[in-house]
Amino acid sequence: MNLTIRMESQSEQSVLYLQGELDAFTAPKLSEQLTPLVQQPSINQVIVDMSNVSYMDSTGIGTIVGALKTAKRSNCDLRIVNVTPRIERLFRITGLSEIIPVEPMEGEEA
Amino acid sequence: MHRRELQEQYEKLLSNFLAGDREAQLYMAQQLSKSLVTQDIAPEDIVDFHIQALEKLVQMPEPVRESFQLLLEMMMEYGNTYRQHNVLRDKQKQLESEIDLAVVMQQTMLPQVLPEFEGVEFGLISVPAKKMSGDYYNILQENDVTFSVAIADIVGKGIPAALCMSMIKYGMDAQYGLTPATRLHHLNIVVEQNIDPSMFVTMLLGNYDTARHSFRYAVAGHEPGFFYRACEQRFYDLEGRGLVLGVLRDAQYPEYELNLEVGDMIVLMTDGVSERKVGMHYLNRQELTNLIQGELAHTAQEIAENLYRRLLLMTNYELPDDHTMIVIRRTK
Repeated sequence: MNLTIRMESQSEQSVLYLQGELDAFTAPKLSEQLTPLVQQPSINQVIVDMSNVSYMDSTGIGTIVGALKTAKRSNCDLRIVNVTPRIERLFRITGLSEIIPVEPMEGEEA
Repeated sequence: MHRRELQEQYEKLLSNFLAGDREAQLYMAQQLSKSLVTQDIAPEDIVDFHIQALEKLVQMPEPVRESFQLLLEMMMEYGNTYRQHNVLRDKQKQLESEIDLAVVMQQTMLPQVLPEFEGVEFGLISVPAKKMSGDYYNILQENDVTFSVAIADIVGKGIPAALCMSMIKYGMDAQYGLTPATRLHHLNIVVEQNIDPSMFVTMLLGNYDTARHSFRYAVAGHEPGFFYRACEQRFYDLEGRGLVLGVLRDAQYPEYELNLEVGDMIVLMTDGVSERKVGMHYLNRQELTNLIQGELAHTAQEIAENLYRRLLLMTNYELPDDHTMIVIRRTK
């Protein structure tokens, strides 16, 4: 399974639309795009849309954690939106949803 | 032996062979072939010996002579590729033996013998998905009545995760007698300072008092375990919140307490146990507790081992992640 990333930017905000699986094989691909993005001085908010991510493992979470640390240093607001209940659970159990905004999919309850 | 001598030897061999002395010459050809390997003679050189010898011994039709050009080219490429392959294989062997050494070292970080306490039994299984494990566990006698339990999953697989395990182990060794929450707090500072930004550690740490049969624990983003209440014959999720280790330096970890009655059981695990895919479907917690329920008549160790086997069978003997499970049961 692969991961495709589509980016849409407008003024100071960028949205990354992910599609596929986020695991040990595909996580580096996200990292390559996400980490430099949160460091860009012209961008102050990065939103990662995960509505089409069917699976994410802990390596995927690791990539988000890495990007979050970089984003904090760069004063960039990083948020995750449209996560499936399964992925939302991962963020909740790891305690990460306390320090990074994670919004479940519309119509889905945590 | 010089190339010229080898050429002459081959020529003699072929001449005798063509003259009818087949058996003996075939045997000698085998021996010569073995010695050529030790003298670093490439396959294409042997083809060249053959062409040179044939030129002298027989009248070759032109198409046959030309066909040897093709064979020579093929053997040359084959020889090159074969030599590269051998170099890679040697490097791989060297790497494997280094990993084997690291595996042995990793084993020394995990407890070889579990403590024994009256009225409590342990079950423990930890199987790495690859050679090196990213799961850490420990059950350690703290004093006459108390033991500590730790289970951790180092996120990020393979060797980096395994190396990080030593940080956890040594960090914990310096924490004798502290409460679970304080230990997690200290470990978090160590991990946060030393780990790669995209790695983190999930962990549950607890102290079990065998005099009161109480279990105090704290959780750092770890997969919730189960608490089995025997009188209700019911499994509960092991409550507990806290951020994974290595992300925020000032993270705080609340403590929780359970009191165990006879037959009650604590089941701790890593996500290699809970995140199991059977066909297209991930096992949910109810299915997992149903499987454990079916093993309750056995000892704690048998519960851990039988569950491992049953999950392996259900997932066609695939183990995608390290599988670690600790069972603690009050027996009297």
